[in-house]
Amino acid sequence: MTAKRIFGILAHRLAILGYLVFALFPLYWLVKVSVTPNKLLYSEGVRLWPSRMSLEHFAFVLKHSDFPIFFKNSLIVSGSTAIIVTVFASTAGYALSRFNFRGKYWIVALMLLTQMFPLVMLVAPIFKILSPLGLTNSLTGLVIVYTAFNVPFATFLMQSFFDGIPKDLEEAAMIDGATQFVAFRQIILPLTLPGIAATLGFVFTAAWSELLFSLMLISGNQAATFPVGLLSFVSKFSVDFGQMMAAGVMALVPACLFFLLIQRYLVQGLTAGAVKG
Amino acid sequence: MALHAGGPDTYQGGHHGDRRPFRQRLADASAPYLYSAPALILIVTVMLVPLILGISYAFRDIQLLNPFSGGFIGLEHFKTLSQDQNFYRAFRNTLWWTGASVSLQFVFGLILALLLDKPFWGRAIVQALVFLPWAVPSFLAGLNWAWLFNPVVGPLPHWLFAMGIMAEPTNILSDPQLAMWGPIIANVWWGIPFFAITLLAALQAIPRDLYEAASIDGAGPVRRFLSITLPFLAPTIAITVLLRTVWVSNFADLIIVMTNGGPADRTQIVASYIFTQAFKRLDFGYASAIALVLLGLLIVYSMLIVVLRQWLLNKD
Repeated sequence: MTAKRIFGILAHRLAILGYLVFALFPLYWLVKVSVTPNKLLYSEGVRLWPSRMSLEHFAFVLKHSDFPIFFKNSLIVSGSTAIIVTVFASTAGYALSRFNFRGKYWIVALMLLTQMFPLVMLVAPIFKILSPLGLTNSLTGLVIVYTAFNVPFATFLMQSFFDGIPKDLEEAAMIDGATQFVAFRQIILPLTLPGIAATLGFVFTAAWSELLFSLMLISGNQAATFPVGLLSFVSKFSVDFGQMMAAGVMALVPACLFFLLIQRYLVQGLTAGAVKG
Repeated sequence: MALHAGGPDTYQGGHHGDRRPFRQRLADASAPYLYSAPALILIVTVMLVPLILGISYAFRDIQLLNPFSGGFIGLEHFKTLSQDQNFYRAFRNTLWWTGASVSLQFVFGLILALLLDKPFWGRAIVQALVFLPWAVPSFLAGLNWAWLFNPVVGPLPHWLFAMGIMAEPTNILSDPQLAMWGPIIANVWWGIPFFAITLLAALQAIPRDLYEAASIDGAGPVRRFLSITLPFLAPTIAITVLLRTVWVSNFADLIIVMTNGGPADRTQIVASYIFTQAFKRLDFGYASAIALVLLGLLIVYSMLIVVLRQWLLNKD
């Protein structure tokens, strides 16, 4: 091993370390402040770890704030969105993957169009449509909106998973007398289970993070999702940094769990929804 | 005839199964539409209809709190818009925000992809950890970085002060000259994984023996990068950068969370300006007019890309 090679390896590892620090430091700081007791927060300034840890902020947030409600609302909204989107996207994705039909081009074009225009355009008209239906300030309204926003991308994602399964399987089943829908449900869907899990994960994360429409459509605390609740908490109690960050850690946990679930499928997901975050 | 029901022919989509009864053929032809109907109905009612409605709002006076509004006013909003200095500033800010964010995300994403392309001990764990920011909800990423820049709880101002970069530990988010850097840095942190993931996938698709052959022919690492890696990555780079540009230019979450467009509108981009008009001032008509202009600009941008692509294809 020459000195030059050793230097190369060293530089490589140092660069990786740099990226790791940059990626993780903000999250580390979030956790650190959330476990720092209020007294030490100001006296110890920028110390990397407090001399004493406490979970008082978490206890306060869980017992004396509305965050458990926000958390539950977000869980309901993101969970139902993920399930409904996955059902709709798997049938639509199956159609795009297995059939050649006249409208296919137009369906794909429509779905691509929805990925290209700025969603912020829809903030006002969607509010105007949902308001007389009583769907503003309601979790159902949010689920409907999020479902529609995520269906196109999830359809392309499911299509890519179906494309990976050989057609012979359904053909064999249909020769044995099954209808195509039965073949789809009993043979193809079980084979795409990992893909379905990935789609659930992607949609859950997207719905969990959505901010603008929940700000626009939700006003009271009862139907507030986590982002809305956290932002109103921040503007009201902007000095309780420990509590805000404890709430932030709570918002982070489900996102990280679902990230682990979909980690293996990131590439497929990002290319299917190329324009999606 | 009933024997045919559900037989293997049904799979063909019904074009040459002419001996089957009409009802069967109809069922087969409609099958793909039935499979995609739920998704399509939802997209049309929740996205396409509001889109068209939103375009019509641009020519109407629609203010949520004013019950007498709602009439058609023609191009009135666009006249106001052409005089609106805030809009022009938001447009310049959008260019700066998008340009700086996308180019930094791309450069750092590419370097990260190249680093991760080499095998080393613990690569799987490192990869999961450096991609983690992508999973952080955007509102939380924004708040988190706003806190890091806050001298009360965040370390960054103190470090910058200690290094002599800042004269005193202040919050850059309240400094009109520097405020835009806050959301840009948060956006770079959040967006590096996207580029790294897609570029890493493209890198791993390059046949390894090409590099071996090039080494045998005496090509150094720089030459190998320029002659093999870059040409192979070029299509992925072009597509991700172009699509990401559109996406980032519309991405207002970080700005709304971190600065809300302030101080003195220095961080307002067109997307956040639209949201502010609709959300704070409840002026849906004017918000829709700006949105329509933004849509027009994005269409022009996409057309330029298509033309550029054609031109590049014809040149070869």
